[in-house]
Amino acid sequence: MTVRVSAILLLLTQGVVTAQTNSVPARKDNSVYAELAKAPKKAAVRQNPLEHDPDAVAAGGKLFALHCAECHGEMAEGGRKAPSLLAEQVQQATPGTLFWILTNGVVRHGMPVWSKLPEPQRWQIVSYLKSLTPAGKSPQ
Amino acid sequence: MILAVIALPARAQESPYIVTYDHYLEEPGSLEIEYFSTFGTQRAGNDFLAYWTEFEYGATAWWTTEVYLDGQTTFNDSTLFTGFRWENRFRLLQHEHFINPVLYLEYEHISGADKILKEIEGHDGEADTVGPNALARKEHKNELELKLLLSKTFKGWNIAENTLAAKNLANSPWEFGYAIGASRPLALKASVQRCSFCPENFIAGIELYGGLGDRYSFGLHDTSHYLAPVIAWNLPSDWNLRLSPGFGLNDNSHRFLLRWGVSREFSGFGSAISRLFGGRS
Repeated sequence: MTVRVSAILLLLTQGVVTAQTNSVPARKDNSVYAELAKAPKKAAVRQNPLEHDPDAVAAGGKLFALHCAECHGEMAEGGRKAPSLLAEQVQQATPGTLFWILTNGVVRHGMPVWSKLPEPQRWQIVSYLKSLTPAGKSPQ
Repeated sequence: MILAVIALPARAQESPYIVTYDHYLEEPGSLEIEYFSTFGTQRAGNDFLAYWTEFEYGATAWWTTEVYLDGQTTFNDSTLFTGFRWENRFRLLQHEHFINPVLYLEYEHISGADKILKEIEGHDGEADTVGPNALARKEHKNELELKLLLSKTFKGWNIAENTLAAKNLANSPWEFGYAIGASRPLALKASVQRCSFCPENFIAGIELYGGLGDRYSFGLHDTSHYLAPVIAWNLPSDWNLRLSPGFGLNDNSHRFLLRWGVSREFSGFGSAISRLFGGRS
């Protein structure tokens, strides 16, 4: 029995470490951003219903800090696990595209689906992302 | 120690369910430690308090693995460690769909004294937990459990349905069960301020779960069923609290189950472990 339990625990530990070591690293190349192009046209053209909500950016910033900053960086500048959201590809993406990515995740690359956040919260995060200053441009 | 020094809190939005699973997995690299307790009334015996600790780890965005350690205290009897469970959940589809399936596989090594009632299967009923611990602990169960988790979130509502098939590896028939849950945050938009009592931090819902007999007698005959309102409070201080009073729906069921739980998620745990083993991330 002890041997069986030890074997199971060893297997579990090995699996966890292997999964972590083999997890797809954040890529700085365009392949991560290529996911943006996969958003269906119907999703990409959706308008942000909170576009004119004066609180959306601030609330989205709070949500970003809670749920996104750990991988994408406090300033959305990117990290080892996830790409920069200040990149041109992200900043030029439509709100609908960003919403679609948030909703569906990029599971293959380690980004979980975020549909567990209610729709308005996902749109608040989109509002925040669109308010950021794109990389290479000075804040106005 | 590692957790305290290295890991960062992740402040995930936790589901309020205690028995039902939705299709959301643990974030990759995050470890969630949870403690749950079930107080159960027992008409023909002593009431009990059963508890379990969960260590839930997001191995990847499509695989979550979890270890449970179970125990129980039966009043006027004794306190026992009753076994462990190893659970794995696999997301089957990459994108969100109309219904999102997740495959659940679990191995259990528990004694007959286990009373956490994390799932109700086959002909499980109140009579199964009436015996004294000294006798019940002598029975050992090695069980394999499969579940198909189906879940959908729409306009803030999550609807989840779990179908369960379990087999005691000691040549027992397959047993079946179900769990259904619905839940919704009290507010869908986030407030600007960081706050503990904002309505979006509370998720309320309801669960219905029970047994469906076994391979030879499938159906509702001689099974037990529960209806349980649930509420979760996601605190900005990174803790999550859950409470669920459950009510037995027929004479085979415990009349009342009070479940509560507390959990905390630690992100960066996987990276820390990987570094210990010489990995880069």
